[in-house]
Amino acid sequence: MSGEWIEVCAVDEIEEEDVIRFDHGERTFAVYRTDKGHFYASDGYCTHEKFHLSNGLVMGNVIECPKHNGRFDIPTGAAKRAPVCVDLRTYPVKVESDSVFIKID
Amino acid sequence: MNESGMVVVGAGEAGVRAALELRSLGWDGEITLIGNEGLLPYERPKLSKELLIAVEEPSPAAVVSEAQLAEERIDWVSGDAVRRIDREGHRVELASGREIPYMRLLLATGAKPRKLEIAGDGAGDLIYLRRYEDAVRLRESLRNGSRVVVIGGGFIGLEVAASAIQRGCAVTLLEAGRRLLARGVPEAIAKVVEQEHRKQGVRIVTGASLERIDKGAGEFKLRLADGTVIPCDIVIAGIGAVPETALAEKSGLDIDNGIRVNEKLQTSDPNIFAAGDCCSFPHVLFGNHRIRLEAWRNAVDQGMHAAGNMLGSEKPYGVVPWFWSDQYDLTLQVAGLTDRAVTIVERNMGEEGQIYFHLNEEGTVVAVSGIGSGGSLAKHIRIGEMLVEKQAKPAAEALADHTVRLKQLMR
Ligand SMILES: Cc1cc2nc3c(=O)[nH]c(=O)nc-3n(C[C@H](O)[C@H](O)[C@H](O)COP(=O)(O)OP(=O)(O)OC[C@H]3O[C@@H](n4cnc5c(N)ncnc54)[C@H](O)[C@@H]3O)c2cc1C
Ligand code: FES
Repeated sequence: MSGEWIEVCAVDEIEEEDVIRFDHGERTFAVYRTDKGHFYASDGYCTHEKFHLSNGLVMGNVIECPKHNGRFDIPTGAAKRAPVCVDLRTYPVKVESDSVFIKID
Repeated sequence: MNESGMVVVGAGEAGVRAALELRSLGWDGEITLIGNEGLLPYERPKLSKELLIAVEEPSPAAVVSEAQLAEERIDWVSGDAVRRIDREGHRVELASGREIPYMRLLLATGAKPRKLEIAGDGAGDLIYLRRYEDAVRLRESLRNGSRVVVIGGGFIGLEVAASAIQRGCAVTLLEAGRRLLARGVPEAIAKVVEQEHRKQGVRIVTGASLERIDKGAGEFKLRLADGTVIPCDIVIAGIGAVPETALAEKSGLDIDNGIRVNEKLQTSDPNIFAAGDCCSFPHVLFGNHRIRLEAWRNAVDQGMHAAGNMLGSEKPYGVVPWFWSDQYDLTLQVAGLTDRAVTIVERNMGEEGQIYFHLNEEGTVVAVSGIGSGGSLAKHIRIGEMLVEKQAKPAAEALADHTVRLKQLMR
């Protein structure tokens, strides 16, 4: 699948074990930094209702939706806890010269 | 006799989560989920919110599909009620006459609306909201310009009032108490809620003493003790819920403001468990204080927890109670038990809203509550919930200071 790399922000703009919102055109994403220092990206909205995950809590490799506490595995987007049952779409991420990039199609 | 398996009574949130969890924990035998509603388990919280304001004819928000139940080999018995439990014979008897043997039984029978006892011939025509069909009926009658009276200033009453206003109705809300949300929510939050409702045009009457409801000439007339008469087209009563204990009671199980279970969610019969709105349980985080919750996440968590214990894991249930309510674009959340507190510490989050920490005599955080719009408070409430879980005793000054990161107080 083709796609282009888009710059999100500088590495230190996302705290460890945290998530930020990133809007690009009409679309919105959640970009994560785990406590191990890894970066990941997914669709911004929860798959249960249209609620942005950037207000959620990152715990290890898990993002918890702030609305009803549904959970997803951050690296794979897999739905982990009720009420979410549909997986979250994830996107490739790279770090280059202290900036975070995500690849979207 | 059939091979006996795991039987769950009540296909609501707690029941369906238990059934799914039994399978995912590796139980390979039969699982039967019996529900009397004739619908796939659905999300009840939407009934007072999205569903009432939906422009197009809504449908129930199912929490599983039939295909998923089939795939997990869960035998879903729909539209049939359990009438009797034969505890000696380890069998349940259904209204249809069917009998199903069980090895372990879970009662997840939920709750039903408390009925308003009131004089007058209109009392029989009040609307109560618990089931999908109730919401459909209510939604149809909420027409532009309808005059609506909501009795009860608790969560459901307030959510219905908010939805009715958004449908263009003229709404009056009657609350018998001195203030709204008297149970479990600090007064400061109740004030924010009240202000918002008034701003949106809801007429709120607190300290309302309703004397009778009469019906005639196509309208209701509600008479208050002070002589006020309120004419209207629809009356909704949201005055609380009572646990559905009839089956348990008939079967001789202990009842105590709900089906009485121990910390392992086991009833007075060791082969029968209960979970969700129907049961009262001692909470290990709060000195085994006995509580009964009417909250969505508790139903999910207790259902799943009971599944483990039905398979013999014998673990106490100790999840922090958590509740949310949406009204207009305000979201309110409460984690923990506010009534265990003696002091409240406010953390002003500015634009985001307000958070309150509820501390007991020893300064332990027993609850956190908050209200705001846009959802940014949720993260803080969630960390507050972890403080409750850890029975943390952070300094009150740190809790009050919004520049101190809450995550730090966990360490
Ligand atoms: C309008 C409304 C709004 C709500 N909003 C919120 C909210 O915003 N936030 C929140 O946290 N909570 C909310 N709740 C509470 C939440 O929905 C409940 O706590 C939750 O549904 C409880 O799940 P349960 O499985 O214990 O019971 P239920 O969902 O009531 O399910 C019990 C099921 O068992 C069936 N049953 C009973 N007896 C029998 C029998 N003998 N045989 C077969 N079936 C039987 C019942 O018909 C029912 O289908 C709301 C509730 C309502 C009604
Ligand atoms: S919106 Fe995310 S769990 Fe419901």
